[in-house]
Amino acid sequence: MIHALTLAAGLAALALAAWCGFAFSRDQSTKDWHFIGMAVVSLLAVVQLVIGVVRLAGGDKPEQGTAIFVAYLLGAAAAVPAAGFMSLAERTRWGSATVTAGAVILAVLEVRLYDIWGG
Amino acid sequence: MTESTDAGQRSGFDLGQGPGRLLVWLYGVFTVAAASRSAVQMLMDFGRAPLAYVLSAGAAVVYAFITYSLVRGGESARRAALVCCAAELAGVLVVGTWTLLEPSAFPDATVWSDYGMGYLFIPVILPVTAMVWLRRAPRS
Repeated sequence: MIHALTLAAGLAALALAAWCGFAFSRDQSTKDWHFIGMAVVSLLAVVQLVIGVVRLAGGDKPEQGTAIFVAYLLGAAAAVPAAGFMSLAERTRWGSATVTAGAVILAVLEVRLYDIWGG
Repeated sequence: MTESTDAGQRSGFDLGQGPGRLLVWLYGVFTVAAASRSAVQMLMDFGRAPLAYVLSAGAAVVYAFITYSLVRGGESARRAALVCCAAELAGVLVVGTWTLLEPSAFPDATVWSDYGMGYLFIPVILPVTAMVWLRRAPRS
């Protein structure tokens, strides 16, 4: 369950990165549709955070330590919303670049989360 | 566009607009990454690799200061950020070379180990990009 969610969040993050990277290459700022995409990806990360905490509360132990696992879960949940807010204040192509960077960071965090939980 | 240029000239110029916004974001992320990494490792087992953990904490301080300078804007912040980016680049190169030459000194990795390989080499690309931006920003 948790691995399926990690995979889904990682792939969704990569898709968002490609989409906003495309906007950047077209010299466009982030539009409403991009923000809906960001909301979907953020929702996946928040669901992952909740399920992760529930699993921890249920007695599961991540392979590389609980503290690191929780830190990465929080980072994953915060990455795309934070980038989204910064792109709201930057109505140029560089706002799109910021979201692209945030989504790539989320994808990297998902890979690390997979390792930390234990494959 | 004109508005932001005028505002920029009144309060010193703005370093966190346009490409600078992306730099603020990346430096912010690396501040959090380096700080939380060193904090977690120091709390869990400081004795295992004290040198590595202290270096990560130092990197976090440098990243935090550059993030703050980019947001602050103006000539003095630009100069301070340039000095810190140079220090950051020197740190990445020194620590990167050090970890390759003497791996035994580093039982655990730092943010700057192997020139930041564990972080997609962003730690070595970031200061160079930032210095280019800091040199160009006042003219644009």
